[in-house]
Amino acid sequence: MPEIPEPDLAAKVIQVIAQTQRIPAESISLDSTFEQLKIDSLDGINIVFALENEFNISIPDDGVQNLRSVRDTVNGVASLLKQKSEVVPPGVA
Amino acid sequence: MNRVAVTGLGLVCALGNTVAESWDSLSSGVCGIRPLQDGGNPAYKFQKGAEASSFNPSDHFTEKELVMLERFAQFAAVSAREAVKQSGLTFDGELGDKTAIIAGSSVGGQFAEEEGYQRLYKDGNPRVAPLTIPRTMANAGASRISLEFGIHGPVYTVATACSSSNHTIGQAFGMIRGGQVIAAIAGGSEAVFSEGLLRAWEAMRVVSPDVCRPFSADRNGLSLGEGGGMLVLEDWEHARKRGAEILGEVVGFGMSSDAFHITQPCIDGPAKAMRWALADGGVAPDQVNYINAHGTGTAANDSTETAAIRTVFGEAADSCLVSSTKSMHGHTLGAAGAVEAVATLLALRHGLVPPTANFRTPDPACNLNIVANEPREANLMFAMSNTFAFGGLNATLVMKKA
Repeated sequence: MPEIPEPDLAAKVIQVIAQTQRIPAESISLDSTFEQLKIDSLDGINIVFALENEFNISIPDDGVQNLRSVRDTVNGVASLLKQKSEVVPPGVA
Repeated sequence: MNRVAVTGLGLVCALGNTVAESWDSLSSGVCGIRPLQDGGNPAYKFQKGAEASSFNPSDHFTEKELVMLERFAQFAAVSAREAVKQSGLTFDGELGDKTAIIAGSSVGGQFAEEEGYQRLYKDGNPRVAPLTIPRTMANAGASRISLEFGIHGPVYTVATACSSSNHTIGQAFGMIRGGQVIAAIAGGSEAVFSEGLLRAWEAMRVVSPDVCRPFSADRNGLSLGEGGGMLVLEDWEHARKRGAEILGEVVGFGMSSDAFHITQPCIDGPAKAMRWALADGGVAPDQVNYINAHGTGTAANDSTETAAIRTVFGEAADSCLVSSTKSMHGHTLGAAGAVEAVATLLALRHGLVPPTANFRTPDPACNLNIVANEPREANLMFAMSNTFAFGGLNATLVMKKA
């Protein structure tokens, strides 16, 4: 999977949050905190579930607990995507 | 012991989204059992049901709320809103602590559960949606009502199949009578039209391929229905002092278990529930003017219920009017007791017995004073409402005109 450029990734994450929370994407910025967006813990697990599906990643439980803002979420997803791209599939190298 | 007034009613069913809409149909014998919106593929053996097809969830909840609320919980909340609004109660201060919510449902939220199973077993996807548990839990309706009104007293769910809602109303009645709470929202809800549930009912071979015809000689099964019913019950003196309109009174409750067979009905258990409900209310059989029967429309239920009524009422059964409103709103399972308690209270209030629709031929095995097809005006003082559940669990309410 090719690496997703940062701005596109942020837009995609925001889209997922917007869909899950049933709120307009325009109301979400990179600097929005979950508190501002009224995202509670239950909403959080819903968003994580949707992100895992969207990016085909697995977000660990301890990673979930540290998420406080959209920026945290984008950075977390970016780092998981990076890890994934570094794992060289057998037979490819 | 405190007397127990009914000060609010709420109803969502195939006949309407409010008590008033539903009563229009109930009081004129209109049958709400219609062709299914989704007849299944391959087609179900039955193609009719009493769906609440005019119920539009987004009229009542935001899109975000609907993510959390299964259809059965929506029915519970919407019928509770109507009942609470009519009662005029607000739950600030002490009343919030001294109010109970008891909401029945046979199976809770099946749609999320079936969606999860589909992912797991059909799609081979081990990732099940995170809200599956809170959507599915049978107390989702009770908890939603508690959150919505800020009610902090005893809140719980009863799941005793088709007797769920008579059990909830009976328990609320007992709690107010004994002074444990001042008021209660009691009733139940059910949303049966999911593929898994319909296939399971199909396999039981108890659903009519046509429409249910309770007590009619040519009856051939029940008709499934969905919806919710809620009653606000209130300490009589509390209601009187605040000048609330009292819509009726719950006077007696009886419950029993057949301990006979898991699905096959018997005479003794239902007879006990009726007898005990009458004794509980200090009501003699010949004082009861109307019985809203369990009357499912299966061969076994209706003849057994007839025999049980005959056992308890003796000759007084001849003068007691009997109907099954399931012929109009279908068998709403965990909501049945509540939907039918609302119908019974409205019958008392209006002096009008809603009929057994779809009735064609008298059955000697159902030799009761059946109000068939046309509503009947009558001077009603006491009425009884029966529910008999799979598992052999019987619950009977006795209500009085206010």
